[in-house]
Amino acid sequence: MSDQQRPDTSPPDGKGTSQFFQDLTGLGIDWRSAVLVPVLAIITALLVGVVVIVFTDLEALRLWGSDPGAALSKTWSSVSGGYKALFVGSFGSLRAISETMVGAAPLILAGLSVAIGFRAGLFNIGTEGQMLIGGMSAILVGVAFQLPLFLHLPLALIGAAIGGAVWGAVPGILRAKTGAHEVITTIMLNLIALNLVVYLLKSSLFQAEGRTDPISETVAVSARFPRLFGYLHDSQVRVTAGIIFAVLVAWFIYWLLFKTTLGFEFRAVGMNPDGAHYAGMNVVFLYGAVMAVAGALGGLAGADQILSILYRGSPGFSAGIGFDAIALALLGRSHPAGVVAAGVLFGALRSGGQVMQVETDLSIDLILVIQALIVVFIAAPALIKAIYRVRTGRAADLPTTGWGT
Amino acid sequence: MELQLRGITKRFPGVLANDSVDLTARSGEILGLLGENGAGKTTLMNILYGLYTADEGQIIIDGQERHFEGPGDAIEAGIGMVHQHFMLVPVFTVTENVVLGVEPTNFAGIMDMKEAAREVHEISSKYGLEVDPEAITEDIPVGIQQRVEIIKVLFREAEFLVFDEPTAVLTPQEVEEFFGIIRGLRDAGKAIIFITHKLKEVLEISDRIAVLRDGKVVGHTTPAETTQEALAEMMVGRPVDLLVAKDVASPKEVVLRVDDVFVTDTRDQITVKGLSLEVKAGEIVGIAGIQGNGQTELVEMLTGMRPAASGAVYLNGEDVTDEGPRGIHSRGVAHIPEDRQRRGLVMNFTITENIVLNTYYDPPYSKGIVMDWDAAAAAAAKLVELFDVRTPSISIPANSLSGGNQQKVIVAREFSRDVKLIIAAQPTRGLDVGSIEYIHGRIVRARDAGVAILIVSTELDEVMALSDRLLVMFDGKIVADLDPTQVSATDVGLYMAGATP
Repeated sequence: MSDQQRPDTSPPDGKGTSQFFQDLTGLGIDWRSAVLVPVLAIITALLVGVVVIVFTDLEALRLWGSDPGAALSKTWSSVSGGYKALFVGSFGSLRAISETMVGAAPLILAGLSVAIGFRAGLFNIGTEGQMLIGGMSAILVGVAFQLPLFLHLPLALIGAAIGGAVWGAVPGILRAKTGAHEVITTIMLNLIALNLVVYLLKSSLFQAEGRTDPISETVAVSARFPRLFGYLHDSQVRVTAGIIFAVLVAWFIYWLLFKTTLGFEFRAVGMNPDGAHYAGMNVVFLYGAVMAVAGALGGLAGADQILSILYRGSPGFSAGIGFDAIALALLGRSHPAGVVAAGVLFGALRSGGQVMQVETDLSIDLILVIQALIVVFIAAPALIKAIYRVRTGRAADLPTTGWGT
Repeated sequence: MELQLRGITKRFPGVLANDSVDLTARSGEILGLLGENGAGKTTLMNILYGLYTADEGQIIIDGQERHFEGPGDAIEAGIGMVHQHFMLVPVFTVTENVVLGVEPTNFAGIMDMKEAAREVHEISSKYGLEVDPEAITEDIPVGIQQRVEIIKVLFREAEFLVFDEPTAVLTPQEVEEFFGIIRGLRDAGKAIIFITHKLKEVLEISDRIAVLRDGKVVGHTTPAETTQEALAEMMVGRPVDLLVAKDVASPKEVVLRVDDVFVTDTRDQITVKGLSLEVKAGEIVGIAGIQGNGQTELVEMLTGMRPAASGAVYLNGEDVTDEGPRGIHSRGVAHIPEDRQRRGLVMNFTITENIVLNTYYDPPYSKGIVMDWDAAAAAAAKLVELFDVRTPSISIPANSLSGGNQQKVIVAREFSRDVKLIIAAQPTRGLDVGSIEYIHGRIVRARDAGVAILIVSTELDEVMALSDRLLVMFDGKIVADLDPTQVSATDVGLYMAGATP
């Protein structure tokens, strides 16, 4: 009997995804807590953000001893001013909404990349690297050809998806064949991608003519996402068709996960690889396939970064979006609709945070603190449940049957 | 000493788990607490152990009412619990596990392991609980690990010992030893509460029996006054057929032929050593054997989940040795796996998703790569009805069903396909009497419809009752081919132990 046929179909580690993993990523919970916990986590994080603002406002803190009234009003004005700027800067004007969407598009695509990994029980930390490789592929296609838009842009996106898919599939195959944990391999591939990009940007293939620093040629206009409000001729309203593309991709991933046989297999492997093996699914193929899809999504996120905003490559153009995407996928409970909502929220925080930084004394780092707090509360749902005394949980906690052995 | 539960009531949303339960346990007595899965036994004991608080009712020890905020209070009051799943640290020694949390210390507050080992030794010799205090817990057999749990409880000076389904994890020999131990504990003046759903055991070991059904105590009796049939009726609420009703088999052509196969386990040890067997259409072949004699690997190999190292498997004359699980399923083989929660179901998937778990890729459940969830839901609704799965809805996850209903979902999925061969490993493990009766009935019906059936079970009574032909597996080989109507359980037991009667 050949080696290829049977032994390989069993998952190498032989263990199901842990309860912790399922709780963290929102796989095994009912829809009620899937909505309630993230909403409460956001509210709680914004409230704790108030505490951070209060305790970092040194001027007001000093006043508490001598003039509590003034301190109170000073504190109030920094809190309300800060959050007002945050809101105005994200949804207060067409420009603000545009900036929110500019931020949201790559975040949604990258978030989907992480989320689909979660659905299949894999921790894809490699989205950042997949974005870089995808983005570089998009640059290659965008610079090399002169084509009409309806051909050139799709071609650039396909190139990006393929580049990302190859980069993503490597850890998937390693996991399935050798048991090498994807967390380790994807992190390492991020570092490789980061340095590979610097190397490539200085190579004759990519480097812009007449430059000595690592920077690429600019991609052709025909490969760029068109601006949605281009007719306004307002260079500050930058939002492109990238956001529409991202939402369409999210819809496609929803369809893939919940309406197709392949999605059924992804989810079965994610919940219980032993059960999937029992049911005759090819676990090795599925680990490779899901990481390839995750990589393609990461690649598209990188492409959006290039084709919507930057138009050229420079070192680290992925800007940490691939890491924010992990938080985002957790917040979105690994569901495409949740990822879109979380992507808009994070986009709003980015866009609003910049306005907040300009208009008040608050640092944009506050945004990072709030994002981190959201993740903390998502990761510790028990905390949220205790604070708000809500009865939520895994469906298993609901006593629809007896409580016997 | 006397422990009384008076009027204990506990409600969960939508469920009345305990309904004014009265129960008394006394020193020097074994109280058998009998009830089906979901009858409220575990809830009641969790209240006694301080894990839940009762909505109503009192816990009275020697005439004094007690309130337990947590297990600490219960332990203080002399209550000890041996759980079905052991709470031991695998890499610790026996002594370390016993003293965990209450470590004896010397004058400087430093842990005194010598003193601990001495106390462990003292307890184990006093109650006849032989263990090596220095052994690493994960290296010792399950039966001995259970002794460690008992010593743990005695070390905390428990007077009331609660055992939750203690025999579920034990081999028949270990069960006998275990019964010896708890009789010894009773004679030493401890009060024992023995929770089970096994009729035979409760009759063998109890001094008094209390039967729980739907959260209520439905009767008190003693082994002398009752029979298995009467107990089963009390427990289920209707007369139950404990024997498997079936006519003589009429075997036809050979469906499964296994020819001299060798199989290795996950650690590359050869566990199936040149095994051959045949199963014909219309007969039930049972494989009896003590756990760990290669049955698990044999079933995994037959169902395509594990490769054969050598030998061949034929299904209706076709060589299927190298087929994977899908190839085996698609040739009309149903597989009820040994571990239903790990393999047979995806616990977080809905009943509908679990019903199509191994047929989703074909019409009517999908067209091309697009799933037809309406067709799947329709099939699930029909099967839930047909196979009597008790569930409020087909869109709730499998993990909110009771064990018996989970098994029915698997049986429904596997039996509803067009099958020629059913391979069932431990088909009724951990199930209550009602579900066992139902699943046995289904297996016999399938046989009468001309399906070939291979049952692998460590429950000797079950294979003896179900099989038309009984094979005994020992050390990776079939050592006996018997007619279950002509052989005694004792003789089968000897074959299982590797001896010849």
